[in-house]
Amino acid sequence: MCTLLSRVAVCGGTHGNELSGVYLVRELQKTEKPLEEEDELVSVLVVLSNPRAVQQCRRYTETDLNRCFTHATLNGPESDKTPYEITRSRELNSLLGPKGSPEAVDLICDLHNTTANMGLCLIAYSDHDWICLHIFRYLQRQMPDIPVRYIHFDFPPKEAYSLESVGKHGFAIEIGPQPHGVVRSNIYTTMKAGVQHVMDWVRFFNSGTIFEGGSVEVYTMVKNIDYPRDSETHSITAAIHPQLQDQDFCLLHPNDPLFQTFSGETLRYKGKEPLYPFFINECAYYEKGIALSLARRKFTNGECRAHSPWFHNSKVIQ
Amino acid sequence: MEHVSLPALSRVAICGGTHGNELSGVWIVREMQKQQVEKVGSISITTVMSNPRAVEACKRYMETDLNRCFTDAILSAPVTDVTPYEVRRAHELNAQLGPKGSQEAMDLVCDLHNTTANMGLCVIFTTFNWISLHIYKYLKRITSAPVRLIHVDVPLSDAHSLDSLGKNNLSFEVGPQPNGVVRADIYNLMKEALDHLVDWVQEFNSGITFEGGEVEAYVFEKSIDYPRDPDTNELTAIIHPQLQDKDFILLKPGDPIFLSFSGETVKYEGKELYPFFVNECAYYEKHIAFHLAQKTILTIPSVSVEND
Repeated sequence: MCTLLSRVAVCGGTHGNELSGVYLVRELQKTEKPLEEEDELVSVLVVLSNPRAVQQCRRYTETDLNRCFTHATLNGPESDKTPYEITRSRELNSLLGPKGSPEAVDLICDLHNTTANMGLCLIAYSDHDWICLHIFRYLQRQMPDIPVRYIHFDFPPKEAYSLESVGKHGFAIEIGPQPHGVVRSNIYTTMKAGVQHVMDWVRFFNSGTIFEGGSVEVYTMVKNIDYPRDSETHSITAAIHPQLQDQDFCLLHPNDPLFQTFSGETLRYKGKEPLYPFFINECAYYEKGIALSLARRKFTNGECRAHSPWFHNSKVIQ
Repeated sequence: MEHVSLPALSRVAICGGTHGNELSGVWIVREMQKQQVEKVGSISITTVMSNPRAVEACKRYMETDLNRCFTDAILSAPVTDVTPYEVRRAHELNAQLGPKGSQEAMDLVCDLHNTTANMGLCVIFTTFNWISLHIYKYLKRITSAPVRLIHVDVPLSDAHSLDSLGKNNLSFEVGPQPNGVVRADIYNLMKEALDHLVDWVQEFNSGITFEGGEVEAYVFEKSIDYPRDPDTNELTAIIHPQLQDKDFILLKPGDPIFLSFSGETVKYEGKELYPFFVNECAYYEKHIAFHLAQKTILTIPSVSVEND
């Protein structure tokens, strides 16, 4: 049993060049009370997270905003030299948090794009937050034409570094492939529909609808693999192999091709365990030393029914 | 058409990183420089990282688009303290590979580019020259992607792109690839095209006659901008899903071209033309949603190297 979700935030432009979220937030901000209906139980905040980066159509201006939400960074000292994004993370923490306190918004939905072929992914720090898992299952059922997956980053809340960790519940919606600085209509439309479905679920939930429990498939992040690099210059010496490119969530087996060097050689996966690759060839991760991430797949074994204590018409949804 | 004899192509320049975030060319040039590729048979090859600062920052450009800096007007204007980095760089490249229009210029300049548009491999040339057309004809043997010829018909003095420095000029434009990303399949395609170019030049220099014939070319006619808010200048619509990725598929009046954020379809009005550079990232700021071209047939003569 969970309490009412009365305050929800939809955030876009956390990375200024991930344009579906930027344009969706701009569109939503054109209406006074976007996504809200008459006599609403929920109030919706629509936020453009990094306006400077959006204005310049860059991921960030000084430092990656979506790494600035650890407790340490949020509560650190402020000075003239504080990077823009850290100042901004503290502003967002006041607006949507404070993180970890009773005043924090009930749910944050942070909108992202990736150059990787990932379809729609819901990314969260928990694999047992029933709100996130139920929303995920609802999205899967409402959007049968696109792959919808749940990615779990196993971090304790204090170390959780991204924007959605500020809310009591939160997840990122990551949709790709879309080049940074480009808006593709199919990706935009998918994101718009996804956000609408999230809000629909919140409304059903608040109105007392009971969502039956069950098992969902979750990808839990295990490790990242970097590109091979030159030992002196640190430049990459290979690209993602053509047989791995675009194969996000297709099981990678030991000895499968991983990279193709610029001189044409194939390098293979040396791990012992078959794992599921994702964020394959994400543009922004070259500088973070990530060519791809790897996950284990499992089914959650929660039987939690989700419903709010506000019983109006107890409509049961399977 | 009468046979044409042309001078040997002994000095060839391969340029990458003219836009610092178009990574196939960056990595091809880096690899060629690592392998110290300087001479291939009769050809001396100069490899150039055109915009090193932009490559370092992984941005298209630092201050101004380098690939718009090679008009006669810009190249002849004096360099001062306030001259933007890319204009200075254009002057340096003109000294190294040109001077544009002179006898000292490189015999052939090939500039390597990527696009976010679904264009396969395109050979783009501005100033008319049989060499580039024959190279295109030779590249048609590539089967892994569509290969097309684009002609941007401007007088040499107005030609603004880097390749116009050479006596013969062409650019390879390969997509789709996001800016800042290197895809192995796109890298391999560009490398294959470059290998074929070098093969052709060697064969040409060795005296082989290349038969003439007809080639299909897309001739740039005009550009269409996104619908924009008149106050903020922001986009109010994006490329319609039925046009997205449909480069070089004939666009007819009544076909959908844009989808507004509020869900309305905007339809194309105008004569039947071929769209290309559909949804190119770098063109949002240039107010170009896509270009439109006429398709035409060019007749090219047989060519061989002239005897001394």
